[in-house]
Amino acid sequence: MSVITIERKVLEKNDELARQNRALLERHGIFAINVVSSPGAGKTSLLERTLEHLAGKLAVAVIEGDVQTDFDAQRIAKYNVPAVQIVTAGGCHLEANLVHDALGNIDLPHISLLIIENVGNLVCPSNYDLGEAMKVVVASTTEGDDKPLKYPAMFRNSSVLIINKIDLLPYVNCSIETLRANALRINPSLAVFETSCTTGAGIPAWCDWLLARTAAGKI
Amino acid sequence: MHELSIAQSIVDIVLQHLPREEGVSVRSVRLTLGAMAGVVPDSLEFCFGAITEGTPLQGALLEIEHVPLRAHCNDCGGDTDIEPTLFACAACGSRSLTILSGREMQVRDIEVEENEGVR
Repeated sequence: MSVITIERKVLEKNDELARQNRALLERHGIFAINVVSSPGAGKTSLLERTLEHLAGKLAVAVIEGDVQTDFDAQRIAKYNVPAVQIVTAGGCHLEANLVHDALGNIDLPHISLLIIENVGNLVCPSNYDLGEAMKVVVASTTEGDDKPLKYPAMFRNSSVLIINKIDLLPYVNCSIETLRANALRINPSLAVFETSCTTGAGIPAWCDWLLARTAAGKI
Repeated sequence: MHELSIAQSIVDIVLQHLPREEGVSVRSVRLTLGAMAGVVPDSLEFCFGAITEGTPLQGALLEIEHVPLRAHCNDCGGDTDIEPTLFACAACGSRSLTILSGREMQVRDIEVEENEGVR
């Protein structure tokens, strides 16, 4: 019997590919966000409203991650932006190698903002760096106000929280103040936006924030 | 359920470190796992058992060393273990924390056995 010392990170392969993605994106001056949430929080709707609002202002590309179907990429393609669909075929999260392959299908020199829509899941995607500049977590009012406490890793690892479906507040058991306080307890540095993809409330503020962080001049 | 892909990554790493000879089997794999690594240990053990069948790791014990979520408080200066759902300094209650540990997921070492008579 002998002991062999290994001392290697389990996700080192993913982390290395994420580093390569990040270097590639930075070389092209692309601001990349990794949008995460539970299923049905409204990631794709938020993307649609965002693309509408940014039309003519910013060159955007989208990577869509789903377990099955390319429905989301079809929805995004209507907005005349390059959209690459990744079907994980059962996988509960995107990994850096999938994003690496998808980047090969995007005309990077002409893009300034890359939005990666992760698979709907508040657990697994928090472990996998994709090479993004930051994670944006979407929590909808219909999910209640305790999600940040139940899934602290995701809220801790994100830089932005978007509280979506605020138009439904009168009908659901959710206090927006509690949701906000719970999220800031886990991560005091979160930037918080409140949106409704139905009424359009909050979308301009969110898009202005994106515009301020994205290099202009590619459109 | 990303535990399956994590189990696969562990197996890939271990196989890269195994001696080339025939008949070498892995008795145990020691893994450090942080409280905020986002991994369910039971489900990782289950997946590890399932995917190691028919490999030199078959029957190997996955020994998990748990690492608590620990943080340095930027207000009182103390280092304390943190409850992930509270996310506050255990000494003064401040939320201005710098995480020291709790996100680890690392293969430490393996115990291997050279089986007699295979050569």
